[in-house]
Amino acid sequence: MLTFIVRRLALTVPVLIGVATLIFSLIHLVPGDPAQSMLGEGAAPEEITALRERLGLNRPLLEQYGAFIGGLVRGDLGDSLRYGTPVTSEIVARVPATLELAVASLAVGIGIAIPLGILAAVRRGSLVDHGSMALALAGISLPNFWLGPMLAIVFAVELGWLPVSGRGGLSHLVLPAITLGTALSAILARMTRAGMLEELREPYVLAARAKGVSRRQAVMKHAFRNSLIPLVTIVGLQFGAVLTGAIITETIFAWPGLGRLLVQAIGFRDYPLVQGCILFIAVTYVFVNLLTDLLYGVLDPRIRYPS
Amino acid sequence: MTRVTSMNRVTQFGGVIVVAAVLGAIIGPWLSPHDPSTQELALRLAGPSTSHPLGLDELGRDILARVLSGARVSLFVGFAVVVISALVGTFLGALAGYVGGVTDDVISRIMDVLLAFPGILLAIALVAVLGPSVANVVLALCVIGWVGYARLVRGQVLRLREFEFVQAARALGAATHRVLLRHVLPSTLPALLVQATLGMASAIIAEASLSFLGLGVQPPTPSWGTMLDSGRSHLIDAPHLTIVPGVAVALVVLGFNFLGDGLRDAIDPRTQPGA
Repeated sequence: MLTFIVRRLALTVPVLIGVATLIFSLIHLVPGDPAQSMLGEGAAPEEITALRERLGLNRPLLEQYGAFIGGLVRGDLGDSLRYGTPVTSEIVARVPATLELAVASLAVGIGIAIPLGILAAVRRGSLVDHGSMALALAGISLPNFWLGPMLAIVFAVELGWLPVSGRGGLSHLVLPAITLGTALSAILARMTRAGMLEELREPYVLAARAKGVSRRQAVMKHAFRNSLIPLVTIVGLQFGAVLTGAIITETIFAWPGLGRLLVQAIGFRDYPLVQGCILFIAVTYVFVNLLTDLLYGVLDPRIRYPS
Repeated sequence: MTRVTSMNRVTQFGGVIVVAAVLGAIIGPWLSPHDPSTQELALRLAGPSTSHPLGLDELGRDILARVLSGARVSLFVGFAVVVISALVGTFLGALAGYVGGVTDDVISRIMDVLLAFPGILLAIALVAVLGPSVANVVLALCVIGWVGYARLVRGQVLRLREFEFVQAARALGAATHRVLLRHVLPSTLPALLVQATLGMASAIIAEASLSFLGLGVQPPTPSWGTMLDSGRSHLIDAPHLTIVPGVAVALVVLGFNFLGDGLRDAIDPRTQPGA
C-alpha cells in the first residue's frame, strides 16, 4: 500500500509544477502591457510603472518565475489589486461558502442518482429504464445557467417559498444546490446503472439468490455494495465539475463563494486574484483526484498492483 | 426488438433536433421577418404576439430573430472547436501511441497538466486574459478540447498497433504515416465520431457559459449565452427573455447528446439500455 501511495504522490508532483507554470504564464498572455491592461486606458504612466514594479513584471522572466514558485511554496499568492489584501486571505474567506454549496450539491446528486440508477438497472430494458436514462440525459443537457433562473422564477418569484439569492440558512442553499446537483445526478445515475448491471451479472448474485436470499437483498446488500466502488471514482472526478459549475451557480444566486470571487476578479482585471482562484481550484481538484485514487486503492486491492 | 426500436427513436429524435437546429441556423435568419438588431423601443419586454411569436427583449429586439442568429454563433463555435480539437487531438494522440517513448511521455504529461483543470476553468482563465471574442473562445475551448480526442486515439492506437494487419503493413515496409493514415486511424473513426457528436454538445454549453459570464460573444451580436445573461435582470417582469434562449440551448445540446449516445450504442452494444 505504501508503494502505491508513494507512486501516486510522485505522479502528482510534475502535474502540480505544470499547473503552476501554466498559471504563471497566464499573465504574460495578456495582449500588450499587463500593467496597462489592469489599470485601464486612462492610467498615468507613473501608475503603470509603479504597478509593473510592484508585480515584478520588469524583472527577467526566469526571476519572475522563481519568485512566483517561491511565493507558492510559502502560500503567498501576492496581493489583490482590487481589495489591496493578500490573495490567499480573499480565497480562504470564500472557501467555506463554496465548500458548503459543493457538499450540498453532491448530496442532491447522489440522493437522486442512486435510486434512479438502481431502478433502471433492476428493470433494464423496461419503460422505467428508458425513461430514467432519457431523464438523465436531459439532466446533463440542461445548462445550469438556465436551470438556476428557472428554479428562481418558480420557487422564489412565483411561489415565494425560497429566497432568490444570497447565503444564509438552509433555505438559501436549496436552489443553488439543486441547480448544481442536477447534472451531477444525471451523470451518477447513468454510472450507477452501468455499475449495477455489471454486478447483477456476477455469479455471486446468482449464488446468493440460489441460497434463498430475497431479490431485494441480493440487489441492495450484494450487488449495490460492490457497485459503489467505481462510483467513488466518478464522484471524485465529478467534484471538479462541481467546482467549475459553482462559478456559474454562485454568479446566478449571488452566493459569496470562490466562483463569484473569480468572476468579479475577471471583471476588475485583478489578474493576481484571477491567478490565485484558478490555482486554488486546480490544485484542489488535483488533490481530490489523488484522494479518490488512494481511496479506490483501499477499497479495491487490485488497483494497488500494476498489472 | 422493441428495445432496439425504442433506442433508435431516441437517436432519431436527436437527429431531427440537430438537423432542425442546423437548418434554423443556416436559413432561419433569412426567413425571419425581423432583423435581430432592429429595435422597437415602444414594445420592449413585450411578450409573445402574432407579429413577434417569442416576444421582444429589453431593447425591443425580436427574440425569434435573435435566437436564430444565436444558433449560427453556437453551432459555428461548436463545429470549429470540434474540428480543430479533433484534428490536433488525433494527430498528437496517434503520434504518442504509435511512436511511444519520450514523445509519448511529453504528450501524456501535457495532457495530465491540462486535465488538472476541471471543466472549462482553463478556458475561463484564457479568455479572461486574452479578452472576450468568438475567436478567443474557440482558441480557449480547443486548448482544453484536444485532450479528449488525443486520449481516445492514443488508447486505440496502442491497441491497434499490435494487430496483425498493422504489423503486416509495417513488415511490408510501409512508412509510419502510411500505416497510421491507411491502417490505424480509419479504425478509430467510429469512436471519434461519437466523441465529436458529444463534443458538439459540450462546446455549445461551454460557449454559452462563457458568453453568460460576459467572456464570450459580445453585444450586440446575438448569442444564447448573452441573451440568458441579459434576461437575468428581467426574471420577474419578462421571464420569456430567459426561457426562450435556455430552451434553445437545452434542446440543441439534448439533440447532440441523444445522437452521440445512440451512435455509441450502435458501436458498443454493451451500453444499450437493454444490454
